[in-house]
Amino acid sequence: MKTSIIVFPGSNRDRDLGRAFRRTNGDEPAYVWHDESELPAGTDVVALPGGFSYGDYLRCGAIAARSPVMRAVAAHAKRGGFVIGICNGFQILCESGLLPGVLMRNERLKFLCRTVTLKVENAETPFTRGYGAGALLRMPLAHGEGNYQADARTLTKLEKNGQVVFRYVDEAGAASDSANINGAARSIAGIVNDKGNVLGMMPHPENAIEPLQGSSDGAGLFRSLALTLEKVA
Amino acid sequence: MFDNNPEITPELIAAHGLKSDEYERFAALIARTPTLTELGIVSAMWNEHCSYKSSRIHLRNLPTKAPHVIQGPGENAGVIDIGDGDAAIFKMESHNHPSYIEPYQGAATGVGGILRDVFTMGARPIAAMNALRFGAPDHLKTRHLVAGVVAGIGGYGNSFGVPTVGGEVNFHKSYDGNCLVNAFALGIARTDAIFYAKATAPGLPIVYLGSKTGRDGIHGATMASAEFDDKSDEKRPTVQVGDPFAEKCLLEACLEIMAADAVIAIQDMGAAGLTCSAVEMGAKGDLGIELDLDQVPCRETGMTAYEMMLSESQERMLLVLKPDKEETARAIFTKWGLDFAIIGHTTDDLRFRVLHHGAVMADLPIKELGDEAPLYNRPYVPTRRQAVVRPEDVPAPASLGEALMTLLASPDLCSRRWVAEQYDSVILGNTLAGPGGDAAIIRVGEGPKALALTCDVTPRYCQADPLYGGRQAVAEAWRNLTAVGATPLAITDNLNFGSPERPEIMGQLVAAIRGIGDACRILDFPVVSGNVSLYNETNGQAIMPTPTIGGVGLLPDLSRRAGIAFNREGDTLLLIGETVGWLGQSLYLREICAREEGSPPPPHLHTEKRNGDFVRDLIRAGEVTVCHDLSDGGLLIALAEMAIAGGIGAAIDARPHGAPPHAVFFGEDQARYVIAVDSNATADIIARGRDLGVAVARIGTTGGEELTILDEPPIKVAALKAAHEGWFPAFMTPSAITQES
Repeated sequence: MKTSIIVFPGSNRDRDLGRAFRRTNGDEPAYVWHDESELPAGTDVVALPGGFSYGDYLRCGAIAARSPVMRAVAAHAKRGGFVIGICNGFQILCESGLLPGVLMRNERLKFLCRTVTLKVENAETPFTRGYGAGALLRMPLAHGEGNYQADARTLTKLEKNGQVVFRYVDEAGAASDSANINGAARSIAGIVNDKGNVLGMMPHPENAIEPLQGSSDGAGLFRSLALTLEKVA
Repeated sequence: MFDNNPEITPELIAAHGLKSDEYERFAALIARTPTLTELGIVSAMWNEHCSYKSSRIHLRNLPTKAPHVIQGPGENAGVIDIGDGDAAIFKMESHNHPSYIEPYQGAATGVGGILRDVFTMGARPIAAMNALRFGAPDHLKTRHLVAGVVAGIGGYGNSFGVPTVGGEVNFHKSYDGNCLVNAFALGIARTDAIFYAKATAPGLPIVYLGSKTGRDGIHGATMASAEFDDKSDEKRPTVQVGDPFAEKCLLEACLEIMAADAVIAIQDMGAAGLTCSAVEMGAKGDLGIELDLDQVPCRETGMTAYEMMLSESQERMLLVLKPDKEETARAIFTKWGLDFAIIGHTTDDLRFRVLHHGAVMADLPIKELGDEAPLYNRPYVPTRRQAVVRPEDVPAPASLGEALMTLLASPDLCSRRWVAEQYDSVILGNTLAGPGGDAAIIRVGEGPKALALTCDVTPRYCQADPLYGGRQAVAEAWRNLTAVGATPLAITDNLNFGSPERPEIMGQLVAAIRGIGDACRILDFPVVSGNVSLYNETNGQAIMPTPTIGGVGLLPDLSRRAGIAFNREGDTLLLIGETVGWLGQSLYLREICAREEGSPPPPHLHTEKRNGDFVRDLIRAGEVTVCHDLSDGGLLIALAEMAIAGGIGAAIDARPHGAPPHAVFFGEDQARYVIAVDSNATADIIARGRDLGVAVARIGTTGGEELTILDEPPIKVAALKAAHEGWFPAFMTPSAITQES
């Protein structure tokens, strides 16, 4: 499996993400600088890391979405290649139109770093096939703008097509206002595009890959990708 | 038109924060009337913040050496050897005055400054902490300051990408007019790749790197050395504005050029910006410096030499590069989109010369700017000792449980989750213990080594007895590191006091430094970096003396560590250390009895060491995984915190004899811990303690969903948690503001 991690100026979880791929799949990702116009040959997975690309002084991810490398990322996605965007990566995917919707300021207006419970709503995506359907995962999130919003029609379509992959839930697995940490529409924490090859999510599976980090529930996501690519190959 | 040669009037001298005799000393040194730019330069170099003129004479007595100390005070940060070729580089620094004037930017740039101090030396920052003190919760400005400071710290650290893993937040009316923001950062480097400010040869080009120079922060260091009055808001323009994105790019660029072996000397532009950094670079290398200000990248047009030399614009570096690596460096700076320019060169004439538009704006002896700064042995009077409060003279509460609930929900003891959650504490993936424990634990690389970090001070003890307070601050940091299983290695100290020109304040400073030194010596815990912030007073009202201690310890094997959370039912709870029931200056006395008085608990440093070594050995042997040090609020608060953290209750069925129950349970005697151990191991551990002269007493058992104190009605752990968690969010929510107004 060949992974390319895109590094924008201001990306700050690029190393965490690289370590997660390395630890879970033994795979050494390539780091691709934002001003490249092509991805390394043979790239299977493109990963967009968390951070504050270009400072995110404008709308989060808005400038990164227009960087040279994103044209290559869009072409990769169009070919059916896998793309995963975490936190700022999710914001960039929405800003670049690879995923529908936007990520707004957290409902309570503050940056929040907390370990949350996620429910796997669709365990049949290339990113989640290693999880059981309805599995509950513990992993941290850390963001100020993770409040996912889209118009009602888009939301309904996402739900109907199984594009809602992760939801914020309470420890018993139920969605509720109090478990919905950032006020996201329908408690959405992560979605895929309609073809199912592009995933965006706010929480950080890359910071939950070993028990020492408090949870290893995130490792399943990286293993799922490896599993998927084995089958594709 | 900028007049570099105005008449130097007494008003102009005073406006630069210089006393008339200091000015005379300077004029005599250069044997002529200074230019305005020169006056600005000397005001920056000779103010309290940069010259330590009131504290230097006393700081000399602090122990700063140990076999594991690579670099003590005097550089950007302290450096210690943590084995395997790794070095930990750390420092704490205050940004008090700017944070009070403009809380978000003041705190943000405080974080930026301390991170820069660490990566200037070649270390990648891996953890940050902060110690915050605010005025009384009901003071009009407090909520605004808390919200702004916390958002500023988070806004900078989260974007930069360093985990903020611990700290302190406290409230007291003495900080009403002067909040304290002490920011700590720690980074890791290889011991053979540490970078210093010292330039090495004449004729080398000096490179400016980073953000452009603007008019922000002019006279920041002078402001930080002045008292406040009602007009302090007018100083808002002297607060710098932070750009964490620029800093992140600067970090990566600096580490890349260092890895490319392109750097001879490097110094960040912090307080007093270009002036201080250039002078240090030259003076440390016994060289002169000539700057051509026409080359300095400026954000605004028409900036004068005076403004450029005093600007405190953030995210800037000064470098001397290896001549054959200039192209390599250039490529790296361009990649990161950073401004850079050659703005001068080193010389062999030991002058600090500043040129602008072809004219010499300043020409000063470079060594003397630092070496000949005034040094004061200011008069001081010792703090009057307070009477010892006898436990019998302190009323007992209606019930211990009720007092516990009140204390748990008090501003200084309640949960700081509202604050901690605004900081990214998990980025980099190495946070094994984040906020809320005795010390944070950060894995180094892929382990098995880890570092423990804490910051501590108990200002009310320092106020009552600065010698005891100084000792206690160090002892508590040492104890917190020990409580997670770490060997305490070194400290950074951040001394926050009022005006040194008042003998009673100077008395606090002198005694606190002596106390810190005493404890550092006995506990083998040297000082490797630090910062002094004086003049923390408003309209003559000084803050409580607050010598914050940032402690760093080493865990050789991260699998042998302890946390505060009860993790098993049926464990025996053991109290380590002697309890006499010391209520003087306790939070019980303050919060329950509304009395702030008495002599604080005496720190017994040899006992501290004996008890701590005993506890650490138990953790290292794998016999103990649950441990909590006892400090603010005493035994019952510690037990409640352990129960809340673990979601497991406990029955407390025994207590040390002698003192009345409320003194035993809420007294703040030092050198104590609570540990939870396998019940079968209890007798053995008690016996081993006895052999070593360590008091060990069985006090109860873990289990259930309730905390039961002697024969009182049990309290649900969920109720303890609700009390503990409730105060901060309620205090900070807008609805609470509406209710009050």
